[in-house]
Amino acid sequence: MQFWIVQSLNSLAMGGLLFLLSAGFSLIFGLLRIPNLAHGALFMLGAYLGATLLGLQVNFWLAALLAGVGVGLLGVVLEAGLLRRLAGNEQGQVLVTLGVAFIIADLCLMTWGGDPMPLPAPRALRPPVFIAGFAFPGYRLAVLGVALVGALLLWLLLERTRLGAMIRAGVDDRLMARSVGIRVSLLFSAVFFLGAALAGFGGVIGGPILSAYPGLDADMLPLALVVVILGGVGSLPGALVGSFIIGAIYNFGSALFPDFAYVLLFLPMVIVLVVKPTGLFGRVLR
Amino acid sequence: MTGRVWLGWALVILALVAIPVVISSSFYLGIVTHALILAILALSLNVLIGHAGMTSLGHAVYLGIPAYAVAWLSTQAGWGPIQSIIVAMVLGTATSAFFGILALRASGLGFLMITLALGQVMWGIAYRWVDLTGGDNGIRLDHRPVLLGFDFTGAVPFYGLVATALVVALFCLWQLDRSPYGACLRGTRDQPRRMRMLGHDVWRIRYLAFITSGFWGSVAGVLYCYDYTYVSPQALSLPQSAEALLMVVLGGAGTLAGPVLGAIIITVIKTVVSSYVDRWYSLLGLTFIVVVMLMPRGIVPGVRAWVGGRRA
Repeated sequence: MQFWIVQSLNSLAMGGLLFLLSAGFSLIFGLLRIPNLAHGALFMLGAYLGATLLGLQVNFWLAALLAGVGVGLLGVVLEAGLLRRLAGNEQGQVLVTLGVAFIIADLCLMTWGGDPMPLPAPRALRPPVFIAGFAFPGYRLAVLGVALVGALLLWLLLERTRLGAMIRAGVDDRLMARSVGIRVSLLFSAVFFLGAALAGFGGVIGGPILSAYPGLDADMLPLALVVVILGGVGSLPGALVGSFIIGAIYNFGSALFPDFAYVLLFLPMVIVLVVKPTGLFGRVLR
Repeated sequence: MTGRVWLGWALVILALVAIPVVISSSFYLGIVTHALILAILALSLNVLIGHAGMTSLGHAVYLGIPAYAVAWLSTQAGWGPIQSIIVAMVLGTATSAFFGILALRASGLGFLMITLALGQVMWGIAYRWVDLTGGDNGIRLDHRPVLLGFDFTGAVPFYGLVATALVVALFCLWQLDRSPYGACLRGTRDQPRRMRMLGHDVWRIRYLAFITSGFWGSVAGVLYCYDYTYVSPQALSLPQSAEALLMVVLGGAGTLAGPVLGAIIITVIKTVVSSYVDRWYSLLGLTFIVVVMLMPRGIVPGVRAWVGGRRA
C-alpha cells in the first residue's frame, strides 16, 4: 500500500515537473509554430545554474528564480538573435534550435564536467510529511504545489491579462492578430522568455529529484515532445493533463518495469495519434 | 544530355575504384569507408527530405535497429551473417513501415516532432533495456563477415563492399527519381492538394517514400555495424539523426550528389576536429546554425545556380 501511495505522489511530482517543462514548449510551439528543440537543453542549463547558485549558499527558491530569469534571457537572445532572422523558414528555425541545443549541452559538459551534480532540497522540506499514517517525501509534495501554483498563474496570465489575450490571439490566428495591430514579434520574445524561464526554473525545481547530469537534456526533450503530442500544441490544459498522464506512466513504468519505461511512454502517443492526431486538447493551427 | 549523365556515372565509378589505389593507409581508407556508409544513410534520408519534402529527425532509427539486429543475431543468437543481414534488413524496413503509419498522421513540423519522439524512444530502449542491448556498453562483433565465400574482414575488401552498395543505392535512387513515381512524389511535395485533386493517393505515395527511405537506411545500418564491428546507443541518438539531416541540408536536398558530398564533408570535419579537440557537439551545433543562416539551399544547388548564372 505504502508503495502505491508513494509512487502515486512521485508520479504527481514528476507530472508537475513535466508541466513546468512542457507548458513553455507548448506555448512557443503554439505561437511561433516551431518546436523549440533547445528546450531540454534549457532545462538542463537551469539545473546546472541552480547547482552553482546553491553551491554559493543562495536560498533554494531564489536560486530557482535567478536560474529561470537567466535561462529566459538566453531564450530571448536565441529568438531575437537567430530565429527572427529566419522568419518564414520554419525548417531552418527548427534546425537552429537543434544546433543551439547541441552547443548548450556541450558547454554545460565543458563547464560542469561529466559527473552528476545532485541539488540539495531546501532543508525545511527534507523530512517526510506524515498524512493519515503514511510518510510522504516532503519535497515532492512541494514540487507538486509549485507546479500547480505555476499552472494557476499561467492560466491567469493567459486568460485574465491583456498580454495573455494577445498571446491567445497570436496562437489562434497569427495573421489576424497582426492585422488588428498586435505586435506579434514582441509577443514572440515575451513568450520565448516565459517558456525558457519556465524550463530553467523547472530545471532547478527538478534538481533534487533528477539532479543535473550530461544527457538530462536528451532525457527531458522527448518527454516534452510526448506531452505536447498527447495534450495538443499550444494548449495549456493539454500540457497540464498530458504532463500528469506522462508523469504517471513514466514513474510507474520506471518503478515496475525499469527496462520498458520508454516503451510505455510511446503507447499513449500512438493511441492519441491514431484516434485524434491534433492531441487531446489540440486544434488545427492557422 | 544522356552522354553527360553516363560520363558522370563513369567518373563516379572511376573515382571509387581509384580511392583504394591512391589511399594505401588502411586508417584513411577506413575514414573514407565510413563516409560512404553515411552517404548511403544521407541518400536514404534525402528521399524523405528532398523528394517528399518531409523533414525527419529520427532517421537514426534505420541506422541503429538493423545495426543492433545484426550484432545481436550474430553474437547472442549465433546466426550466420547472411541470415542476420536479411533479418536485420527486414526488421529495419518493417520498423519504417510501422513508424510511417504513425508519423504520416501529421505533416510538416508535426511529422518532424513525431519522428524525433519515435527516435528518442528507440534510443531510450537501446540505452535502458540492458539485458537485450547491453545498455551503454553496446554489443561488440568478433569480426566483419565472410559472405558467399568472399572475405570482407580486410579494409580494402570491405571498402569494395561499401562502394558497391553506394553505387547500387545511387543507381536505384536515380531511377526512382526519373520514374513516374518520382514525379508523383515531387508533386506531393510541391502541390499536395493538386495531386489529390488529380486522383493520386498522396498518403500512399508518401508512405512508400517513407519505407524506401527506411530500406536504404537499413542498408547503411548493416554496413555501419560491420564497419565498427560494434554498436552502441550512439547509433540511435538524436545527434546521429541530426548529423544525417545536416549532411542532406549541407550538400543540398533533392539532389543525388548533395547528400554524398555532405556526408563526406561532415565526416572529414568530424574526424579532423575529433583528433584535435573534444568539442564535436559544439561544432556540430555551430555548423547547423551557419549552414541554415548562410546556405539554406545547400552546396550542390548553390553551385549549380552559380554555374548556370555564368553560362546564361
